[in-house]
Amino acid sequence: MIKLLKMMRDNQDRILTDWLDGLKASARRRDLIGDVEVKEHARKILTLISNPPPNTVLEDFSSEGWQTVRDQLMEISISRVAHGSSPSETAQFLLSLKPVMFKLIREQLTTAPDELFREIDVTNNFVDAMALHIAESYIQSRDKVIARQQEEMLELSTPVVMLWDGIVALPVIGTLDSSRAQMVMESLLHAIVQTNSRFAIIDITGVPTVDTLVAQHLLKTITAARLMGAECILSGIRPQIAQTIVHLGITLNDVVTRSKLSDAFRLALERSGRAVVQKAGQAPVVAPVAGVS
Amino acid sequence: MERIPILRIGSLLLVTIQVDLYDDLALQLQDDLSTRIADLGATGVLIDISALEIVDSFIGRTLANIAAIARVLDAETVVVGMQPAVAITLVELGMSLPGIRTALNVDLGMEYLRQAATGGDGVGTDHYAE
Amino acid sequence: METVSEQIITRSEILPIRTQIDLVHVRQRVRTLLSEERFTLIDQTKIVTAASELARNALEHGGGGQMEMSLLAVGARKGIRLKFSDQGPGIADITMALKDGYTTAGGMGLGLGGSKRLMSEFDIQSSPGAGTVVTVTRWK
Repeated sequence: MIKLLKMMRDNQDRILTDWLDGLKASARRRDLIGDVEVKEHARKILTLISNPPPNTVLEDFSSEGWQTVRDQLMEISISRVAHGSSPSETAQFLLSLKPVMFKLIREQLTTAPDELFREIDVTNNFVDAMALHIAESYIQSRDKVIARQQEEMLELSTPVVMLWDGIVALPVIGTLDSSRAQMVMESLLHAIVQTNSRFAIIDITGVPTVDTLVAQHLLKTITAARLMGAECILSGIRPQIAQTIVHLGITLNDVVTRSKLSDAFRLALERSGRAVVQKAGQAPVVAPVAGVS
Repeated sequence: MERIPILRIGSLLLVTIQVDLYDDLALQLQDDLSTRIADLGATGVLIDISALEIVDSFIGRTLANIAAIARVLDAETVVVGMQPAVAITLVELGMSLPGIRTALNVDLGMEYLRQAATGGDGVGTDHYAE
Repeated sequence: METVSEQIITRSEILPIRTQIDLVHVRQRVRTLLSEERFTLIDQTKIVTAASELARNALEHGGGGQMEMSLLAVGARKGIRLKFSDQGPGIADITMALKDGYTTAGGMGLGLGGSKRLMSEFDIQSSPGAGTVVTVTRWK
């Protein structure tokens, strides 16, 4: 393979040009990744392949010496994932190096058929190994992106909003499974501490079903908040949910409930010593009630 | 032996528990508090547990005892600053701290004690934590 | 043929439970280990609280004993196991003892039942005159 690498070094510019031409000809989605970037990737790969560190076991792509090439392929795959290229397009990027190399080898070794075959064989295996590696890297990169997006979605789905000084609300959207309920509980309690809110409104308008487990989680959250010194009001209980709760025999004796979030908000305002005052000819204003903090 | 310091603010006493409470220390605290409440004629005791990462049944008992002693001496007690992880654990443990009033922080706790001292009906503080 | 994943014990430590200060050490050592193994804050709080309850039981009801703390690994899953043993009078009625509110010493009676709820696995071996061994495990 040493001869092959020298061949690559001596003909680097031409290989690069032919490779890029081949890519342009076959590319279906050229808008996805810019020409400049593709050229840069190609150039980097060629340089790294033709200049491996000493003592590299050349014909074994998995050997240590080729680590920098593998790292570079990983970087390229990350970029391709970000640009929305498909896995096969990404692998194709490497595979299209083959015809270019085969052509070069045939030119240089016309008179030595055995050597010609050997070098083509080596090249074929090497490029295949690179293509497989980049496909693997692509999948790994994409999995990481998906995991991160899932986390973000989970966080976004339990936002705590501050309604007023000392009053926070947690609108819960979607089904509440065990792990989500845990997260809801922790977000709410932390928000209570951070905002010094004596009142927390948990609105379950967006929760399609409530079963015993969900009810237990909500109760635990409410009890924990109370232990800390904050009161919870449960709102957004739809008629069907109210029926389910009674049906399941769940008792909400200690829990303050309101069917609408606005009612819960009004209650929290009152309990914190405030009233909404309508002045003649003006829009209503929230004002503290005299003599009460 | 180390003691937990007790500060006075007006007619209120403030205790901050920052160390891992062991038996003798807890007993010493109860002792010291009883004396100070009586000497001062204190109307309220505020216990800040915001530094406590663990509250087990022993600490729960200690807090309940302090509240009971204070009540006998005509003073209100409020426990402030419970950490979320502690609250979650207490719920799991099944401990409800009966008879202990709680507040989110020192400011809110003091507010509660002042209102309680003036016999206010406590509008604005929670009625539900009994 | 099915193979059951082996439970590997990677670390193990024994702490004495003879004085009230030992209770403090138990809490601190368990906390340190959990922190090193990156358990979540909430899990740490639950486990250390359970350890505190059980260690206190061993001291107050069992006349003193020891805690054996071990780190477990089953495949990729990590867990912590705490084993509290004492040579005390033993528990006559375990079912009663596990009920909340049951107490023989004026406490809040939540130690055993509560600890069970805080951990993933709970095992108790005890009979009058034979001491008590409580083993609890929590998986990460």
